[in-house]
Amino acid sequence: MSTNTLVHVEVNIHRDDIGARLGMWLFLFTELILFGGMFIIYSVYRFTHQEEFHLAAQELNTIIGTFNTIILLTSSLTMVVSIVAIQKQKRNLSLLFQMLTIFLALFFMVNKYFEWTAKFHHGIYPGSDTLLNENSGHILFFGLYYMMTGLHGLHVIIGVVMISFMMRFTFKGIVTYDNYVKLENTGLYWHLVDIIWIFLFPLFYLIT
Amino acid sequence: MDKQDINTEHSHGYGIYVLVWLGLLALTGLTVAVAGINIGGFTIVTALLIASVKAYLVLAIFMHLRSESKIFTVFALVAAFFLIISFILLFSDYSFQ
Amino acid sequence: MASDAAVIETNGNEPSYLDYKGKHSGIKGWLLSTDHKRIGILYMIGILAFFFVGVFLGFLMRLELISPGETIVSAETYNQFFTLHGVIMIFLFIIPGIPAIFGNFFLPILIGAKDVAFPRLNLFSWYLYLTGGTLALLSIVMPGGPADTGWTFYIPYSVRTDTNVILSLSAAFILGFSSLLTGLNFITTVHRLRAPGMTWFKMPLSVWSFYATAWVQVLATPIIAITLMLVAIERLFHIGIFDPALGGDPVLYQHLFWIYSHPAVYIMIIPAMGIVSEIIPVFAHRTIFGYKFIAFSSIAIALFGSLVWAHHMFTAGMSDAGQLIFSLLTMIVAIPSAIKVFNWVATLYKGSIDLATPMLYVLAFIFLFSIGGLTGVMQGVISIDIQLHDTAFIVGHFHYVMFGGTGFAMFAAFHYWMPKMFGKMYNRKLAKIAFWFIFIGFNFLYFPMLVMGWLGMPRRYYDYLPQFHPYHLISTIGSWILIIGLIIMFYNLFKSLKSGPIVTEKNIWGGETLEWQIDSPPIHENFTEIPVIEERPYVYKDNEPPVEKEETV
Repeated sequence: MSTNTLVHVEVNIHRDDIGARLGMWLFLFTELILFGGMFIIYSVYRFTHQEEFHLAAQELNTIIGTFNTIILLTSSLTMVVSIVAIQKQKRNLSLLFQMLTIFLALFFMVNKYFEWTAKFHHGIYPGSDTLLNENSGHILFFGLYYMMTGLHGLHVIIGVVMISFMMRFTFKGIVTYDNYVKLENTGLYWHLVDIIWIFLFPLFYLIT
Repeated sequence: MDKQDINTEHSHGYGIYVLVWLGLLALTGLTVAVAGINIGGFTIVTALLIASVKAYLVLAIFMHLRSESKIFTVFALVAAFFLIISFILLFSDYSFQ
Repeated sequence: MASDAAVIETNGNEPSYLDYKGKHSGIKGWLLSTDHKRIGILYMIGILAFFFVGVFLGFLMRLELISPGETIVSAETYNQFFTLHGVIMIFLFIIPGIPAIFGNFFLPILIGAKDVAFPRLNLFSWYLYLTGGTLALLSIVMPGGPADTGWTFYIPYSVRTDTNVILSLSAAFILGFSSLLTGLNFITTVHRLRAPGMTWFKMPLSVWSFYATAWVQVLATPIIAITLMLVAIERLFHIGIFDPALGGDPVLYQHLFWIYSHPAVYIMIIPAMGIVSEIIPVFAHRTIFGYKFIAFSSIAIALFGSLVWAHHMFTAGMSDAGQLIFSLLTMIVAIPSAIKVFNWVATLYKGSIDLATPMLYVLAFIFLFSIGGLTGVMQGVISIDIQLHDTAFIVGHFHYVMFGGTGFAMFAAFHYWMPKMFGKMYNRKLAKIAFWFIFIGFNFLYFPMLVMGWLGMPRRYYDYLPQFHPYHLISTIGSWILIIGLIIMFYNLFKSLKSGPIVTEKNIWGGETLEWQIDSPPIHENFTEIPVIEERPYVYKDNEPPVEKEETV
C-alpha cells in the first residue's frame, strides 16, 4: 500500500472507512473458517460414510430447502440495494429495504422452525432413541445437519439484530448518505451468512 | 484531500444487483435440476462448482470485492488458501486410511 | 529508527498517559480507557496474576513428584493440576502474553501511530480475556472441580469425565475470541495506521512478527473455537460428531484440535522472536544482519507452521502416507527458525556487546530456544517420535521452547521496556542476580526431563518407578531455584515502580526505533506530531563504540 492512502488517517479520532471494512472482512474470515471447520468434518464423514449420507439426506425436504435458498438470496438483494438507496440519499427507501431484509430473514427462520419441529416429531433429534438405533452414518449426518444449520440459524438471528440496529441508526441519522460504513459492514455480514447457506444447501439437501 | 472522496466510493445503480440476483436464482434452479439427474460422482462436483460460482457472484458484486482495493482480494485469497490447504492435508491422511 | 528528529518535539508539560485525565478518572479511567497503552497495562496485570497461579500449580506438581508414590496429592488431583496448569499457562499466559502486553503498548508507537485501529474493540478484547480467565478459575470452586483431561481435551475422555469440562471449554473459547480480535486489530493497524514514510521494509522487526502472529490468530483460532464448541455440545446433546460410541471419529477431533493448536505454538514464539530481533541490535550496537530474512522468516514460520499439525498424532492411528507428509513438512518449518538464529548470531559477531539484563535474557533465549527447537526436530522423525510420544521428553522440549523461548523473551521485554512504560528504573544488579537464578533453575528443572523422558518416564503421571527418582529430585530442586529467581525478579520490577529512580532520558539504551524518541512514560497520544520516517530501522555505524550514557542507578 502506498503512503498516499495513509495521509488522511492522522488524527486519533479519525474516520477510516477502508480500515473499518478491512477489519470487518478479517472478522468475516474468522466466521468463514469457523464454518470451514464444520465443512471439514462434514467432508471427512461424507468420505467415510458415503452411502449412509445419501440415504439419510432423503429424509430432508428439498422443497423447503430450495424455498429457503430463494428467500435468503432475495434478502441479500434487499440488503445491498438498501445501501444504494442510502447513497442516493433516499433514507425511507433504504429503511424499507432494511425492513424487507429483516422480514425475509424471519421468514427463513420460520421455515427452519417448521422443518426442525417436523423432524422432532419423527423422533429425529440428537440423542433420540430413533436416531440411536440407526447406523452411525445416519447419526453423523443428522448431528452435522442440526449443528450446521443451527449455527447458521444463530448467525441469521445475529444478523437480524444487527440490521435492526442499522434501521435505528438510519432513522436517527447516524447512518447517512455520506457515512454509511456501519450499514455496509452489516451488509457484508449478511452476505456472508448467505454464502454459507449457498454451500450448506447442496451438501445437505441435494445429495440424495 | 477530501475525506468523503476516500470513504464513500463504489456507488452502482440498482440494475446490476437485480441482474446478479436473477443469475443467482437461475443457478439455484440449475443446481436443483442437476441434482435430480444421476451422474454418479459428478453430482457433488457440479453442485459444489455451481455453489462456488454463486459465492463468487455474491463476493464480487454484493460484497463489492471487485471494486475494493486489491488488498481485500489478497486477504480473501489468504483465508481461502488456509482453508483449502487444511482440507488437502487432512485428506492426505484420510484418503490413505 | 533515524526519523527526522526535528519533527518530534515532545512537550515536557504534556502529562504522560499515566497521569492523563480523560473522560473518566481514577479506576474508571483505566477500566474504561481505550488508550492502547493503558490496555497493555491492564493485560499485564491480568496476565501476570494468572502466571503466578500457573507457577504455583507447577510448583505443586513438582513437589508431588519429589518422591515416588503419593506425596502431597492424589492421582485425580494431580490430573486436575496439570490440566489447569496447561490451560492457564497456554491460554491465559503465553498466547496473549507478548502480543497483548507489549504488542498493545508498543505496536502503535513503533509504526508512528496514536492508537490501534479499533481502540474500543481492543478494550472489549481485554474484557473477554478477563471473562475467560474468570471461568477457568471458577471451575476450581465449582462442584466436580476443574477438568482433568489435560489441556488438549482429548475425546472420548473429555465426554465421559464428571469434572467441569464445559467450563474450561468455554473459558478457552472466549479466550480464543479475545486473541482473535487482538489479531484482527493489529492487522488493520499495520495496514492502515503506519506513519508517513513507514514503508513495509522500514518497520521494526517486532512489528513484522506481531503482524505474522496476528494472521495466525485470525485464521487458526476459529478452528479451535468450533472444535471446543462441538465437544461441549457433544457432552450436552450427544450429537455423536466425535464420540466413538455414536460413530464419531476421535482422531478427527485430534486433527481439528491441532490444526489450531500447532499454529498456536507459533502464536507464542513468533512475537518472542520479534522481541529478540529488537533487543539484539541495541545491545550489540550493530545494524541487524539480514533484516529482510528475519522479516520474511516470520511470515514463513506462520505459513509453514499451519501445515505441520499432525506431527502431534503420529501414534494416534494416522495413515502411513499422512505420517510421511507431515514428518517432511515438520522438517521444513525448522528452516525459517534457524534462519533467524543465524541472523541473530551474525548480528552479534563483531558487535560491541553490552551485557545488560535484557541482553542476558535474549542470549539465554537463543541458547534455550536452540535446545527446544532441535529436540523438536528430533520428534519430527516418526521412528523417534513413537519412542518419545507422551514422555517427559516432550514436556522438557516444549518447556524449553515455551518458557525458555517465549518466557525468557518476555522477561527480556520487561527489563528492556519497563523503564519506557513507567519511567522508572529497576535495580540493575539485582536484575542480573535474578537472571542467573532463573537461568540455572530453569535448566535444573527441565533438562532432567529430557533425560528421563528418553529413558521412558511417561508424562502426566503422578507416580514413577524408583529408577527415575534422582532425575525427579534434581528437577524439583531446580523448580525451587527458578521460583526464587522469579520472586527476586518480580520483587525488583514491582519495587522499581514504587521507589525506583526516575528515568528522564528518552533513550536509555541507545535504541534506534521510534519508542526511544518519545517521552518516558509516553504522553497520551504518543507523539505530539506524527513522525515522518526517512531511514530504515537499526542503523548503527558498525563497530562504533556505544554512546556514553549516564548510569541511572
